[in-house]
Amino acid sequence: MHLSPDEVVFWQYGFIKLNLTIVTTWVLMGVLVIGAKLVTRKIGMIGKHGVQVTRWQSLLEIVVGAIKQQIGEVGLRQPEKYMGFLGTLFLFVATASIFTIIPGYEPPTASLSTTAALAICVLVAVPLFGIRELGLGGYLKDYLQPTFIMLPFNIISELSRTLALAVRLFGNMMSGGMIIGILLTITPFLFPIAMSVLGLLTGMVQAYIFSILATVYIAAATGTHRAQHDVITSQTEA
Amino acid sequence: MIIDWFTVVAQVINFLILVWLLKHFLYKPILQAIATREQRIAAELAEANSTKLAAQQQRDEFAQKNEAFDQARTEMMNKAMDEAKVERQRFIDTARMETATLRSQWQEALRNEHQNLNAEITHRTQDEVFAIARKVLGDLAGETLEARMVALFVQRLQQLDEEERAPLLSAFKATSSVALVRTAYPLSAEQHTVIEAAVNAIFGLTQRLQFEVVPTIVSGIELSANGQKLAWSITEYLGALEKSVGELLHEQLKTVPVANEKSNDEH
Repeated sequence: MHLSPDEVVFWQYGFIKLNLTIVTTWVLMGVLVIGAKLVTRKIGMIGKHGVQVTRWQSLLEIVVGAIKQQIGEVGLRQPEKYMGFLGTLFLFVATASIFTIIPGYEPPTASLSTTAALAICVLVAVPLFGIRELGLGGYLKDYLQPTFIMLPFNIISELSRTLALAVRLFGNMMSGGMIIGILLTITPFLFPIAMSVLGLLTGMVQAYIFSILATVYIAAATGTHRAQHDVITSQTEA
Repeated sequence: MIIDWFTVVAQVINFLILVWLLKHFLYKPILQAIATREQRIAAELAEANSTKLAAQQQRDEFAQKNEAFDQARTEMMNKAMDEAKVERQRFIDTARMETATLRSQWQEALRNEHQNLNAEITHRTQDEVFAIARKVLGDLAGETLEARMVALFVQRLQQLDEEERAPLLSAFKATSSVALVRTAYPLSAEQHTVIEAAVNAIFGLTQRLQFEVVPTIVSGIELSANGQKLAWSITEYLGALEKSVGELLHEQLKTVPVANEKSNDEH
């Protein structure tokens, strides 16, 4: 039994290797992209009763609409600008979690490398979005708040929360897959199925938490959060 | 548990590729479809709203027209009723006038008929009476009667007052024509002489009289000159009788239509 799908290597050439994490990620990417392409290719087609909307399209509209709404609710103005990054974060983690119902499947998020990669993406995206929104000076000034003494603490906070993000996702995903694996070896079918359902639920919750935390970080970096805080403070003082 | 940094880098690249692909194949078309549909729904709602407004406007317009139509209909109905009343009144008046005209014509015709009938009866009666009188007087006429008539004529001449005598006198004097004495029966020479003597004595004339026999004069004598006439005969009496009978009938005829009119009005 292996702890990480990184350990299952299919092909290696020097430091370049093709392990289970990468392959599973490609499969997931293929499923997501091909599925999206299949559903969206019929958009705008006119059927007997006007413009045709398929069930899959309705499902995708619901999902995309919910993501957009969530981003907006966190406080990011113009959610469309963040949809690509945050939506993909959620969909990738959620899809990786949903596929755990397939026996023998190991989600790529059960690899610390994947969660680290996602956390790094968030770590890089947060300042990028912040700089895009506030400008470089405006963003960097945020690290000196409330005083310049807080600069190292703010940097440590930034890094540690990213690390926590990665470890949390990894821990939950890995534990879910591992528990099912262990239970399959020692108990009959019913208990692993129940645990699998529970794992599915925790996986979905993790996907939500991961993406919502990323959204919150980005919202904080873009100043939306501060603007909201200022508004609340001014209202309280008044 | 170690992190495989190659896998990390690969996963970062994979994730970025996935972001780009999903952005291109999922979010963009889906958001565009949602936006398009929302736009279409908004447009349809706006169109429905405008249609509703138009319908409302048309309904108001229709209600207004309906009201105007009702009003016009009521006005036309009232006008027609008024006109019908006027026309009815006119017809009634015309009918009344025609009835009155017809009634007056009928009454006139009736009156004429009555008069004609009465006149016919009168004339016939007169004729019969006169015929009987003439016959009786003709039968009775004799020497004695003729003598008596001459005597009466002479007596009458003598009894003429000034008013009666003056026109006769002027007539006798003015004319060069002969004064004419007409009788129903031929008079004797002696009677001629008596009459001539009486006329000459009364009017102071010297001219001779011309005697003529006219059978239509019933037992009488007429003296005429230049349009003036003095007569005594039964014809004169009969003429007076005829006149008085005619007047009486005329009076009666006047009263008859009134009675008829009264009886018609009662019906």
